[in-house]
Amino acid sequence: MAELPTQQEPLTLDTFVRGLWEENPVFVMLLGMCPVLAVTNSTMNAIAMGLATTFVLVCSSLLVSLLRNWIPKQVRIASYIVIIATFVTIVDYGIQAISLELYAALGAFIQLIVANCVILGRAEAYASKERLHTTFINSLGMGAGFTLALLSLGTVREILGSGTILGVPLFPADFQPWVVMILPPGGFFVLGAWLLLFNWLRLRKARKSPDPTGAAIHAS
Amino acid sequence: MHPEPLSVIFLNAAVVNNFVLALFLGICPFLGVSAKKETAWNMGLATLFVMLVSSAAAFGINWLLTELDLLFLRLICYIAVIASTVQLVEMFVKRFSPALFRSLGIFLPLITTNCAILGLALFQTSKEYDLLQSLVYALGAGVGFTLALMLMAGLREKLALARVPTVSQGAAMSLMLAGLLSLAFMGFAGLGGSHG
Repeated sequence: MAELPTQQEPLTLDTFVRGLWEENPVFVMLLGMCPVLAVTNSTMNAIAMGLATTFVLVCSSLLVSLLRNWIPKQVRIASYIVIIATFVTIVDYGIQAISLELYAALGAFIQLIVANCVILGRAEAYASKERLHTTFINSLGMGAGFTLALLSLGTVREILGSGTILGVPLFPADFQPWVVMILPPGGFFVLGAWLLLFNWLRLRKARKSPDPTGAAIHAS
Repeated sequence: MHPEPLSVIFLNAAVVNNFVLALFLGICPFLGVSAKKETAWNMGLATLFVMLVSSAAAFGINWLLTELDLLFLRLICYIAVIASTVQLVEMFVKRFSPALFRSLGIFLPLITTNCAILGLALFQTSKEYDLLQSLVYALGAGVGFTLALMLMAGLREKLALARVPTVSQGAAMSLMLAGLLSLAFMGFAGLGGSHG
């Protein structure tokens, strides 16, 4: 295998942390939105979905990184998709074996991990170029960032929509849950609200330090 | 034969359980290419075509894999078929309309990772539709996708003329709009059959 150490990234803490904050797949890059909106109507679902996606992300990134010198350029996307689909099939059968209840709650969205652009994006933009250990850390960071995003939506929606967190009631019995929050529109509203918050923080930071690079507003 | 009539299947996929606004499938192109009505219309048509072809192909694959008792390969086969259909559409569009090819940009190959299409194949399998029902379901899903895309594009074209607070520019505003649209579509609940 031909090593090209000049182009490859050294392993630093940033390799991991980037996925959590600076390049958070959901809040910053707006990738993989479908499961983010669809299965975050409770905290438990959000955690399960996050873990399943992280597993597929890490495993497929590792395999892509291992095979990066053998996969011909022309068929790389197809190869990545087959690799991802294999791991998703494993997760699909795995969750079915662990908890049938969870499997029913997540529904088709486990199999739809295949179509999650975060994973394909990582394979194409990172794993196909970098060494094994940096790929592992980086994809773990991305997975953690994705799980974090799911969790931040899931908790807000569960607290407001059902008045519980992980099934434990939070409010006195006369609390009227905002049912809209666990219905589809709630997903859009909560994610929109999080993005508003981050925009606001970014603007405030940019105003405090008049630095032209910090002032760039993320516009999709 | 499944008892559901074709009109109910169509209405269900297009409006009541709209793929974008009620089932959250295909959010990426929904947010990505809904800035202009024209692009949205073309994207909708391309997706509709891919949906029809891959729906028919998925039906065939499912039958074949059931015969061969190889159901664990279903997901891999579906995604491979979708990827090749998208490739076909891409070549077709590039050949006959280079301008459209440029305006769709990265979102054309990304139809492959549009979960609406894979979702469609998975749903029609789990609902055990026959070929005709599957095609009607795909047609409804494609029409619903185009409808949602066009509504969003219309709203965003108007929004470009409005003055919104700086803090809410970009994705945050689009998501709020999508939430309102989704709220409106909830009014259709109960019109068609339930989603299985």
